[in-house]
Amino acid sequence: MSLVLIQLLNGLQSGLLIFLAASGLTLVFGILGVINLSHGSFYMLGAYLALTFTGIFGDVFLALALGIPLAFLGGFLIEFLFIRHLYNRDHLQQVLLTFALILVFNEFQQVVWGSYPHSIPAPSYLADSVRLTEGLSYPVYRLALMAICLALALSMVLVIQKTRVGRLIRAAESNREMVEALGFDSRMIFRLVFAAGTALAATAGMLAAPIESAYPGVGDRVLIVSFVIVVIGGIGSIRGAFVGSLLIGLADAFGKVFIPQFSSIIIYALMALVLVVRPTGLFGRA
Amino acid sequence: MINRRHLLSMGVSAGAVSAFGSFARPSYAQSGSLKIGILLPFSGTYAPLGEAIMRSLELYTNSHGGKLAGREVSFVKVDDESAPPKATELTTKLIKGEKADILIGTVHSGVAMAMVKIAREDGIPTIVPNAGADIITRAMCAENVFRTSFANSQIGRATGDSMIKAGHKKAVTVSWKYAAGEEMVGGFKKAFAAGKGEVLKDITIPFPDVEFQSALAEIASLKPDCVYVFFSGGGALKFIKDYAAAKLGIPLWGPGFLTDGVEAEAGAAGDGIKTVLHYVGDLDNPENKAFVAAFQQAYKIPPDVFAVQGWDAAHLLDIGLKAVDGDTAKRTQLNAAMAAASFNSPRGPFKLSSAHNPVQNFYLRELKGGKNNYLGLAAAAIADDTVGCKLA
Repeated sequence: MSLVLIQLLNGLQSGLLIFLAASGLTLVFGILGVINLSHGSFYMLGAYLALTFTGIFGDVFLALALGIPLAFLGGFLIEFLFIRHLYNRDHLQQVLLTFALILVFNEFQQVVWGSYPHSIPAPSYLADSVRLTEGLSYPVYRLALMAICLALALSMVLVIQKTRVGRLIRAAESNREMVEALGFDSRMIFRLVFAAGTALAATAGMLAAPIESAYPGVGDRVLIVSFVIVVIGGIGSIRGAFVGSLLIGLADAFGKVFIPQFSSIIIYALMALVLVVRPTGLFGRA
Repeated sequence: MINRRHLLSMGVSAGAVSAFGSFARPSYAQSGSLKIGILLPFSGTYAPLGEAIMRSLELYTNSHGGKLAGREVSFVKVDDESAPPKATELTTKLIKGEKADILIGTVHSGVAMAMVKIAREDGIPTIVPNAGADIITRAMCAENVFRTSFANSQIGRATGDSMIKAGHKKAVTVSWKYAAGEEMVGGFKKAFAAGKGEVLKDITIPFPDVEFQSALAEIASLKPDCVYVFFSGGGALKFIKDYAAAKLGIPLWGPGFLTDGVEAEAGAAGDGIKTVLHYVGDLDNPENKAFVAAFQQAYKIPPDVFAVQGWDAAHLLDIGLKAVDGDTAKRTQLNAAMAAASFNSPRGPFKLSSAHNPVQNFYLRELKGGKNNYLGLAAAAIADDTVGCKLA
């Protein structure tokens, strides 16, 4: 029984964390229509930024305070230099360019940080573990992470549903020409959305760094799982990404324990199932 | 822009060079420089391993005046990128294109298997300085293929022996679900079962997934008296930290590769982890002291197990070359001399089994304060099985 509860906790925790990365991907994919393969690289760079900044400031949350604006700025720049040329092109060219970005970022990571793995300390006030069962403890940082991810998810929904910027983003998604005709610069909206997507991926990487460590390719699996979540939740839907992330997290956690021989395919099986029942994803529009 | 005529003339001159090259070969077979083809990862995750091996190869030749058996040595280095699909082409390039006399490579088992397949057909004397796939010195063994590192099962067995000696009875194993993990666990289980130990469960994680919380929850509910784990690199570091945070209070064991390369990063989380490997930095023998000092002086960092394997690859080759006075055309004698070689390595006494895998000591180490400390001999002169090897 306790194993079920622990796995419930594990599934929710990994689901909430992956939601941050997946929500960024679904925004970029849904609103800009761009397949961004380099999303996992932003996650990786986030982890390494956390490594460097935590080394300087001594606390991963201070690293976040500097890292998030930096990632936002980086995304802004990348959109201006590369991504904006992709909006009217087909998916193959988008895949090619963003794949090239992966290669560039990987090389950059090798040159700057090298290929040995590094660990990032959790802040001392969250470094302890709490006793769950007689033999097992759970790191406090993971619990804090769940709360932070939940808060971020909630504020994201509020921004998109309730604020002027959010309304503009939704408007630009459904009818770009109309938004421009009303006098808004949709190019700037797109640029901000891409920057926000980049910042979300990097934030996930930074937050995960103390439990995940930083090593080459740390973002690879994040990219693949994020795409699965985007497809399950429906392209462009934050709510879908949230539900999809939790589903994937739980399916993975329970799959590993109860049907270990299928654990590597269970999330893909889940995706296939959703596609059969709802081809546009759980919250996707036809 | 390159026009067609330019391209043609380049092709012709390239053809001329290669024709001349092969024509000229016999004349420098005895006297000219010795060409050693190097297939190692110089980029990607395994780059530090490739670099450590390469440094030792160069250190060995440089300490012999840049010569082996009286012949100048030149290395032709190829980055294999740890990509098995490219291995066949790159190996062929070294053997046929570069006309290497000797082949040394590599780290990744998949790449090594493709390389060895070609080397067996060609007959070029070949030394594997790391890749641990059992099959290389079992079913794929050959007269001309040698390994100066280890076989995966061999390390697993030595670790299992140590755990039995330490009084453990009930184990859970955790590893990635891939060939190296299965062999490391397979070897362990054999030794553990032979010592009347019981394996409660084998937990496997899809490669290269690093989410271990589920595995930890299972271990807690199974309550073994020890856990045997094989991961490496980033996965190993993460497992060590997660395991410590879960405060299971169950002794953690593994092959040495669990901790090597991440000792310092693991910090306090790694304290108390016991591992077994064929090398540890503070081994007390004259060869190791001299090697550590020379390596430290040349590269400003202490050598690791990969550097030792590279050093022994050069040493083994040196012995073979001396037996034929540097004439690599005498492959049969060269191979025979390497097969019979026996010397003192920084890791202790070194010789080869009938399948050309090292018969070597294994050492028990404990991680403490970011460093692996030598606890004692785990097992002396352990050989890997030679199942399926026609030489055996």
